[in-house]
Amino acid sequence: MMRLVLAFIACLLLSAGAASAVGVDEKTLPDPAQEAEARAIMKDLRCLVCQNQSIEDSDADLARDLRAIVRERVAAGETPGQVKSYMVQRYGEWVLLRPPFSARTAVLWLAPAAVLITAVLLLWRSRRRMRPAGPAPLTAEEQARLRLLLEQREDQP
Amino acid sequence: MKLKPLLPLMVFVGLAAALAIGLTLKPQEVPSALVGKPVPEFALPPIDNQTVGFTAADLAAGGVSVVNVFASWCAPCRVEHPQLMAIARDTDAKLYAIAYKDKPEASRQFLDRLGNPFDAIGADLNGRVGIEWGVYGVPETFIVNGEGQVVHRHVGAVMEHDLNETLLPLIRRLGG
Repeated sequence: MMRLVLAFIACLLLSAGAASAVGVDEKTLPDPAQEAEARAIMKDLRCLVCQNQSIEDSDADLARDLRAIVRERVAAGETPGQVKSYMVQRYGEWVLLRPPFSARTAVLWLAPAAVLITAVLLLWRSRRRMRPAGPAPLTAEEQARLRLLLEQREDQP
Repeated sequence: MKLKPLLPLMVFVGLAAALAIGLTLKPQEVPSALVGKPVPEFALPPIDNQTVGFTAADLAAGGVSVVNVFASWCAPCRVEHPQLMAIARDTDAKLYAIAYKDKPEASRQFLDRLGNPFDAIGADLNGRVGIEWGVYGVPETFIVNGEGQVVHRHVGAVMEHDLNETLLPLIRRLGG
């Protein structure tokens, strides 16, 4: 058991290397606070070549060029908003992995919640309708017939 | 209410329509953020002394311009080259090349082999000018009007039908 635990911990420690996914030969900013800010911005920018990755993750050449630009601008004192705005001016809103909430993107942001709520509502209503009403209670006449039938059965062995 | 039994069918038809439209969309082709705006500020030196470089001002000097981003290492650029030669031959548009992250000798070899339709060939060695244009792959082709406004961007190789159905009519309409 102990060996399993140790093996698991070893795997976790080894995988920590992958957390710094940026290219090994890249020049990071000397100021760690600035580098952290640059990395945070990179995580929010889409790599347009490998479109489901951020430029922080992607190996594409363009991603590397864009990372360099992000670092330059952060080192020059630009805010994250300004750096992202620079990218959006050239590549459009699609370059942001988290599109801003606006009239145009409202459908994108709200649709999943709306679909979920609608689905829950529909399920709830259909469950209410499907719950069987149970057989109606017996009328006096039917109760009398039932007693008769039961008595007849008791007479027969 | 006779409508209730039709509800699953209506949902299905709606979903099928949305997905069918989705099949025709091309998310790989990002629309250019520059369309309708002036060309970015830039200045490119020539790839060698057999040609000239160009700047943003050249593109606003009147007349239709076709700006093609290419590289000798780019296979689709070979495929589209005849179409660029056709634009040079059949229209009055001026053709400008941005040699993107390419060795100047290699760009020159490429054009020597396939033909040179360009009035100017700028060397964008580190790709920064490409980034100013919102370039994310090669080849890309921009159509610029006489006032230096980007009117259209084509992503990927310009095939014959792109030429005949989109680019040539647009160039003619702009007066090129």
